[in-house]
Amino acid sequence: MLCQECKERQATLHFTKIINGEKTEIHICDVCAKEKGEHIPGSKSFSIHQLLSGLLDFDQTVSPVHSTGHTPSREALSCPSCSMTYEKFAKVGRFGCAECYKAFQSKLDPIFKRIHSGNVVHGGKVPKRIGQDLHLHKEIEKLKQELKVLIAKEEFEQAAELRDRIRSLEKSLAEKKEG
Amino acid sequence: MSLQQFISQAISPWMKKEGPNSDIVLSSRVRLARNIQNVPFPMLAATEELSALSDKINTHYSRQSHHRFGTIELLKTEDMKQNEKRVLVEKHLISPALSDESRAGAVLLSEDESLSVMINEEDHIRIQCLLSGFQLTEALKLANEVDDWLEDKLDFAFDEKRGYLTSCPTNVGTGLRASVMMHLPALVITRQMNRILPAVNQLGLVVRGIYGEGSEAQGNLFQISNQITLGKTEEDIVQDLQSVVLQLIQQERAARKTLMEQSRIQMEDRVYRSYGVLAYSRTMESKEATKRLSDVRLGIDMGIIKDVSANILNELMILIQPGFLQQYAGEVLSPEQRDHRRAMLIRDRLHLETKKNN
Repeated sequence: MLCQECKERQATLHFTKIINGEKTEIHICDVCAKEKGEHIPGSKSFSIHQLLSGLLDFDQTVSPVHSTGHTPSREALSCPSCSMTYEKFAKVGRFGCAECYKAFQSKLDPIFKRIHSGNVVHGGKVPKRIGQDLHLHKEIEKLKQELKVLIAKEEFEQAAELRDRIRSLEKSLAEKKEG
Repeated sequence: MSLQQFISQAISPWMKKEGPNSDIVLSSRVRLARNIQNVPFPMLAATEELSALSDKINTHYSRQSHHRFGTIELLKTEDMKQNEKRVLVEKHLISPALSDESRAGAVLLSEDESLSVMINEEDHIRIQCLLSGFQLTEALKLANEVDDWLEDKLDFAFDEKRGYLTSCPTNVGTGLRASVMMHLPALVITRQMNRILPAVNQLGLVVRGIYGEGSEAQGNLFQISNQITLGKTEEDIVQDLQSVVLQLIQQERAARKTLMEQSRIQMEDRVYRSYGVLAYSRTMESKEATKRLSDVRLGIDMGIIKDVSANILNELMILIQPGFLQQYAGEVLSPEQRDHRRAMLIRDRLHLETKKNN
């Protein structure tokens, strides 16, 4: 297949871009790709972010033309820590800092849903040192669930043991907060 | 280990240890993206902030011994020549982005090159564990250990709801990208890849050419990785990928068997033609070289060619890339000169190999 830009050389890079169901195919040779700044191995690359920006921009593309103005305008959202605006985020496809996640909170669920197959909440590893309180919180939550099951099954002896463990964990959590 | 040693050894020591299912899976990789609390991500951070991070990591972790990886060395990209960076990219030890764009970029490398921690790439920290063959769970285990080791002195940006906070929304949560490099020539020959790829995509996995996003599959090599990083545990992500890879291994094996049973002569012809081209050509573009090497590799795995080890082809796949050719030549080469050198190099290696075995 010939490069669709120069129509001389063989196309060596093939992209398929699907945005809102609209499919675009790009077939291009190394030389033209370099000129256009598309991704080629070892060169400056930015293609995933270019593709992503189409995705992040989607609340603009699907919002009705006759906006009633009830939602906060996109321009108004910006990160107090690094000054990244939502508009710029949607354009470059990258956050400026960790605080952006809080600043753009109201917009993120639909984006994450699309990128991560419907998931919006982390379910994996928690860092040991800075996440210590979180570990305790999660452990307490888990034990409370188990306690409910035990009570429902009327296994009161085991339930009492579990209750004591929950109390001691809650105590150590409170002590940590004070200290 | 000095930069020169990392550059001069053509294939990384980890590659020499043959892993499970290495006739089809060349390597397994796990990457974890991490950022530091209260420092803007590299795209926006001031160069001083990024340098301070690189210095901090240098102080705490460089020339330290990790019980699993041996001595760890920190190399700064600003101290490297353009071609040296290129060689590290060709060995998959740093990314093109770190080589081209990074301010205050650095990499922590282990002795056997199975661990590389990129500093100030798209995220502040990217931990990468590379193992030969099909060893995804092992790679995840190692990456987790390094993550814990680094977390001891570094405060990672983490949020209870969103998990590890990353520069790109496609990495948030676990920050985990697990991938395997597979050689799937029989599935390509039997035209089954076109049917398999959409199915793999539907399972939330991505299939790419060997240099990652945007590159086509050269030499029938495919990189298969997870797309989703949020909402699942690290173990589940790796498990899902693992089960698909196992299926692909089985299908590739079945396709190879069918080819041998039904078109043995054609297969032998294809393999020996490619072998002949590699053994006698005077000039060769990298695209043809990877294609021919794929045929010969298939020939070795199918038992058609017996006097060449599969390892020499792993080595050649790395050596015939432009950065290595120029490093080897000690000068900048034009594309024509590279094609000439490439053909010469391949001839020499094949000749040495057959001589050794006869």
